[in-house]
Amino acid sequence: MNIVVLVKQVPDSGADRNLRSDDNTVDRGSANNVINEMDEYAIEEALKIKEAHGGEVTILTMGPDRATESIRKALSMGPDKAVHVVDDALHGSCAVATSKVLAAALGQLNADLVLCGSESTDGRVQVMPHMLAERLGVAALTGARKLTVDGGTLTVERQTEEGYEVVTATTPAIVSVWDTINEPRYPSFKGIMAAKKKPVQTLSLADLGVAADEVGLAGATSVVVEHSKRPPRSGGAKVTDEGSGGVQLVEFLATEKFV
Amino acid sequence: MSEVLVVVEATREFGVKKVTCEMLTLARELGTPSAVVLGGAGAADALSAKLGEYGAEKIYAAEGEQIDGYLVAPKATVVADLVKRVQPAAVLLASSQEGKEIAARLAVKLDNGILTDVVALAADGTATQVAFAGSTIVTSKVTRGLPLVTVRPNSVTPAPAAATPAVEQLTVTVSDTDKLAKVVDRVAEQKGSRPELTEAGVVVAGGRGVGNADNFKLVEELADLLGGAVGASRAAVDSGFYPHQFQVGQTGKTVSPQLYVALGISGAIQHRAGMQTSKTIVAVNKDGEAPIFELADFGVVGDLFKVVPQAAEEIRKRK
Repeated sequence: MNIVVLVKQVPDSGADRNLRSDDNTVDRGSANNVINEMDEYAIEEALKIKEAHGGEVTILTMGPDRATESIRKALSMGPDKAVHVVDDALHGSCAVATSKVLAAALGQLNADLVLCGSESTDGRVQVMPHMLAERLGVAALTGARKLTVDGGTLTVERQTEEGYEVVTATTPAIVSVWDTINEPRYPSFKGIMAAKKKPVQTLSLADLGVAADEVGLAGATSVVVEHSKRPPRSGGAKVTDEGSGGVQLVEFLATEKFV
Repeated sequence: MSEVLVVVEATREFGVKKVTCEMLTLARELGTPSAVVLGGAGAADALSAKLGEYGAEKIYAAEGEQIDGYLVAPKATVVADLVKRVQPAAVLLASSQEGKEIAARLAVKLDNGILTDVVALAADGTATQVAFAGSTIVTSKVTRGLPLVTVRPNSVTPAPAAATPAVEQLTVTVSDTDKLAKVVDRVAEQKGSRPELTEAGVVVAGGRGVGNADNFKLVEELADLLGGAVGASRAAVDSGFYPHQFQVGQTGKTVSPQLYVALGISGAIQHRAGMQTSKTIVAVNKDGEAPIFELADFGVVGDLFKVVPQAAEEIRKRK
């Protein structure tokens, strides 16, 4: 099975993150940039499917030059190769334009299965799998907590508010996964060394046949008008329990009319 | 005034979700609300009274197996056709998984911008979003097409405004491409009387400090006394104390209730991402240095196994 995994480099969600003051885009220059955590689960799932059914795993990333670090990190887990869509004109692309670019890249990769994380930790927009499915005319099975591959038939368990749904489709298809689906492997030393030699193909917008004015800030379908830091919450009263902590807590809740 | 389409979120038992009432309330500020019901046969009839109570002047309905038997693609096709026909002033959907997914397909079909997790929307289409773990406030605008917006639950106070909506059943033509992802089974889990996590006015959440799955009864008991939902930190979920669908934080749900009660939760930045826009936060933790206390309006440094039962008892006494 030919599997493509979408990997995004994002600012570390465990640290302070900002928007740039000049063009209101995500400040990636000053951030510690890492693989979107959710994508590691998609990579692991791809490797498990390859181990069980054979095939090839390709990482697909759209991002600036520095995303190369995340691509190598992804490859160190075990995928065979990577494709990096990189072009200065992409800076500031909205989700709609991003889906246009990724769909064009996927169009060249002939994937049976596209895997991705359910959301990126920077935007948390959750729209990419269905945008891509809409453009490519393939099924999107989103929010999988379990994925079964049987020949060309895919079955996922999809978490819902009320329980779960069992959803099926045939390949080619896009599946997004939650972090409950598996436990991603750590790259081995051998994997890290091997990753340095794995092929990484770069594609420009011209290679994909997408015009520069369809993407980036110029082609954005939405715009950030302004942004500001939310005033940090300040801690209120803190008491140490000396036998009446529970009562004190309820007294506070009563003054706030919760009890 | 022009129509504002509100894509209805309802339970499978045809209960209107609170976020739908919130969206209808918001839509009234922008134009004339029309509710769009997409679901199983009979959905519109079952939902119409409640939708009217919150001001829906009209209900568009697409019902039946070809809507309900597949993942969101047929729903998006129906809404896209409707948008082309009625040219609404805006389209509002819930910022739930399904709401975002329908919106995603609409954005591509209509070549239209999309804004998700919106907490406020002005009449001129300027939206307010909260980004980066609640640390940043963003105002943004769709610059191509109409405002296509997903609204975060608990962002608007729902206010009734009675209307008597007429129901228009839409003729549905769903293509084969929209039927590629077939729902073959739906299994109900963890169904109880508690409110849904993202919609609840009160959330009581437990973390690693709760210790084990059995001890989560304590969290549930306090949640029930306060009429709230139960949440869990990632540490608690990863340790198997509580199911994943109740996880609050960066890789789980984002909640913004009136009251958030954090029990045995240290307050790592990834957890704060999911709860720090809550109106009031209280915390119980044995570690007085835990970062959760930086957010808490009221904190108790102590053993939650002593503090929580005492608090539960005190609430019972006062009832």
